[in-house]
Amino acid sequence: MLIHDRSRPGRRAAAQAPLAMPEVTDIPAALRRRSRPALPEVSELQAVRHYTRLSQKNFSIDTHFYPLGSCTMKYNPRACNTLAMLPGFLARHPLAPESHSQGFMACLYELQEMLKEVTGMHAVSLAPAAGAQGELAGVAMIRAYHLARGDLARTEILVPDAAHGTNPASAVMCGFKVREIPTGPDGDVDLAALEQAVGPRTAGIMLTNPSTVGVFDRNIQAIAARVHAAGGLLYYDGANLNAILGKVRPGDMGFDVIHMNLHKTFSTPHGGGGPGAGPVGVSARLESYLPVPLVAFDGEEYRWLAEHERPESIGRLTAFGGNMGILLRAYIYARLLGREGMRRVSEFATLNANYLMARLKAAGFDAAYPQRRASHEFIITLKREAKELDVNAMDFAKRLLDYGYHAPTTYFPLLVPECLLIEPTESESKEDLDGFVAAMIAIREEAQTNPELVKTAPHTMPVRRLDDVRAARQLDLAWQPQGQQQGST
Amino acid sequence: MPFVPHTPDDIVAMLDTVGVASIDDLFDEIPAELQIGELAAIPAGMAEMDIGRLMQSRARADGQPLCFIGAGAYDHHIPAAVWQIATRGEFYSAYTPYQAEASQGTLQLLYEFQSMMVALTGLDVSNASLYDGASGLAEAVLMAVRANRKVKSEKVLVPRSLHPAYRRTLRSIVSTQGIELVEVPFDPRGGHTAIEALDALAEQGPYAALVVNQPNFFGVLEDVDALTDWAHDRDALVIGVVNPVALALLSPPGDWGKTGADIACGEAQPLGMPLASGGPYAGFLCCRQEFVRQLPGRIVGRTLDLDGKPGFTLTLQAREQHIRRNKATSNICTNQGLLVTAATIHMTLLGAEGLERVAAACHANTARVTQLLCALPGVEPLFDRPVFHEQALHLPAPAADVLRSLAAHSILGGCDLSLDYPELDPAVLVCATEMRTGEEMQSYASKLGRIIATRTQAPSPVAPEI
Ligand SMILES: Cc1ncc(COP(=O)(O)O)c(C=O)c1O
Repeated sequence: MLIHDRSRPGRRAAAQAPLAMPEVTDIPAALRRRSRPALPEVSELQAVRHYTRLSQKNFSIDTHFYPLGSCTMKYNPRACNTLAMLPGFLARHPLAPESHSQGFMACLYELQEMLKEVTGMHAVSLAPAAGAQGELAGVAMIRAYHLARGDLARTEILVPDAAHGTNPASAVMCGFKVREIPTGPDGDVDLAALEQAVGPRTAGIMLTNPSTVGVFDRNIQAIAARVHAAGGLLYYDGANLNAILGKVRPGDMGFDVIHMNLHKTFSTPHGGGGPGAGPVGVSARLESYLPVPLVAFDGEEYRWLAEHERPESIGRLTAFGGNMGILLRAYIYARLLGREGMRRVSEFATLNANYLMARLKAAGFDAAYPQRRASHEFIITLKREAKELDVNAMDFAKRLLDYGYHAPTTYFPLLVPECLLIEPTESESKEDLDGFVAAMIAIREEAQTNPELVKTAPHTMPVRRLDDVRAARQLDLAWQPQGQQQGST
Repeated sequence: MPFVPHTPDDIVAMLDTVGVASIDDLFDEIPAELQIGELAAIPAGMAEMDIGRLMQSRARADGQPLCFIGAGAYDHHIPAAVWQIATRGEFYSAYTPYQAEASQGTLQLLYEFQSMMVALTGLDVSNASLYDGASGLAEAVLMAVRANRKVKSEKVLVPRSLHPAYRRTLRSIVSTQGIELVEVPFDPRGGHTAIEALDALAEQGPYAALVVNQPNFFGVLEDVDALTDWAHDRDALVIGVVNPVALALLSPPGDWGKTGADIACGEAQPLGMPLASGGPYAGFLCCRQEFVRQLPGRIVGRTLDLDGKPGFTLTLQAREQHIRRNKATSNICTNQGLLVTAATIHMTLLGAEGLERVAAACHANTARVTQLLCALPGVEPLFDRPVFHEQALHLPAPAADVLRSLAAHSILGGCDLSLDYPELDPAVLVCATEMRTGEEMQSYASKLGRIIATRTQAPSPVAPEI
């Protein structure tokens, strides 16, 4: 039932609005709204109950094991939320003067510095609002760099076929053509193919390392040398930073520009689809292009550096400089962890992934890259099960929901057929991983004895499988007031 | 070990299962020369109570000055229930709802959000959010250029009276794609976009779209009907940039002109999001049905499950990067789901009447503070046209200096307009939301009165007290 269906004319949550309704007399009638918008009219209790109940229809980290590959669904410490929502932080207006912002700016500055250290980059901007916006900023910086050198022939960005969809989309948003590079049979980038593609048109390459197939590209130094020799720059998609935090640094691998997903590695909430934060780090030669604002510190005072102070910047990406509350949460998380804790993140994320992969392999499932170490995630391919049992990766994924496990990422990366990309993260216990293995084994047994059960799963969720074709063909994207045509209030 | 549950026994057993001797061995595919030692510059970890103490002191350090700044971020009351529910773990710690059956809560909520934005804007469809109002406008501009089938132009008319930070954001996001933003001056007397100003630019056209800001950055109300018709007569699309609280009072974009605006976008912050230094907020983007396939971002649709029961799912995903990669409408992936959760609960709790009360109260308070301030010598409205909940004022002394003195008294007196509009110097943009009391407004006026007096009197031998 929609909240609109609970609505009754004349009902209100009266405590929530100002008591008085001053008459508005100075706005010309032609500019006034002619009738009230059709928003729900419900009591406060009805609203609270409705949304509390809706929340209960979700899987979440707080309620379920959520091994969604590439998304790093680890525990979001509650302290980060509570402290980022202290009244002083919530009340600060974005245009408050620096004199009334030193406490807040200290947090941002220290976060910038910590991110520089863990990534090995020369400078960091916290401005991008999510990973994809970090990519946009990063590629825009690559563009600005080549343009400033008068190097106008570089029109292509190389992107491995395993890359996340945002990589090619971001490159195109910056006016580049995308050239795809295949992945070799061992999961590393195909060097021969790279050799053929790289050249005077190459502006740069976008890499994720460990890649989205869950292995660390062993040839990274050779790739960096090759692309640099051709005059291109290296972009690092930091979505998988959780795998190497405190162990290896993108800056040391030779990357010129990177983004981090703080909503992954630094455990800020995913919120059912954001907000995120996608800070970018750069090597010295790209520093002047960083998006604004930045926070500077002269030993006494924190200051904003904006367009005026940074004339070569690629500019501003949101009106007020980024998802500040998320940056605070990441800062708190980083301080809770400290240097030892950061290293522990990658160590135990990697231990959990390798343990889970070993157990699933021992149980007879096929790893996509069985000879390789898993990074913080790995791929199981259900190609054999799909062929022999006619039960595919999607069926397994849906049936896992019935067992109380959120499904791993399915059908990404596209190059591995019938794949489940599994990322357990460091915050899960051995018992939970064992439970997941038991569920996978049980589902395979069901697939052998009662395949319909798996193919029609889930059976215990608020809804069964949804008709996506109908959703796209008979578009129903908003509730319509009865007897009223939308768009003509 | 914070956030890592492993016991020493677990570690031994797990390493044994993997078949390695130590955790370090798990990193043996990484070239040894790349592996680092200690991260010396990162401080040691802290206990929760210690970081708690640090954050308390930092939050306190910034004081909580009395806020008369609006300029795109508004200090509204947020019902207690909004964030208590939004921060429930089931909303807070869920991912984007790709697995629809296990995400019906978030999906239904997004559908309800879309329905509410459609009701507010009077357009047909809404997406499920973009990063913020300014980046949302950039997406709207890119969308309009793609969607305009009648005019193949990469030029877009953007009023100078649009928020300066929006104009800058727009420039940084769309300029790499060859889009040309043509600035429309504002009328020096009214502060609005005059049709004559558009006529003067007509020859440089054709244009793919005209951006119409209601109210504009100065709070001034634009002649949205005339502007919309002007653009449509020239086959340009109309992008409305609107404040969702203002829409409780003002004509919705879907009603503008003869046929309505084509796209509406804006900042959802006034719908239950704390000021929080500028984010996270959420951008919204709505459009007419015919453009839905050009709309970027997540869209939720209602459909049926295997049993014929209604349910919700992400739809039209062929627009998006995870399916279309380099041919997607946008690169956006993670957006602002949690803020949309707050906005939906906020709109539900206020309802249409509540939002109208908020809008009317802000408007009345801004009128009140304007009246008080304009009673001071040399303070007067910059423009003579009607406004909504924001007022540009001329000051008799340099704005930066006056604002600094006010801040020293814990009053944020407004946004300094001279930085972005040197031609208006000295001027400030002032806003008083429903949160400001009569006493607070009085206090602002009397402090400003004293500051102006010291600035405009002949220099005295004694250092002024302020
Ligand atoms: C590998 C990879 N790259 C980029 C992104 C994009 O990040 P965001 O969703 O924060 O925009 C993601 C996550 O969604 C990802 O998994």
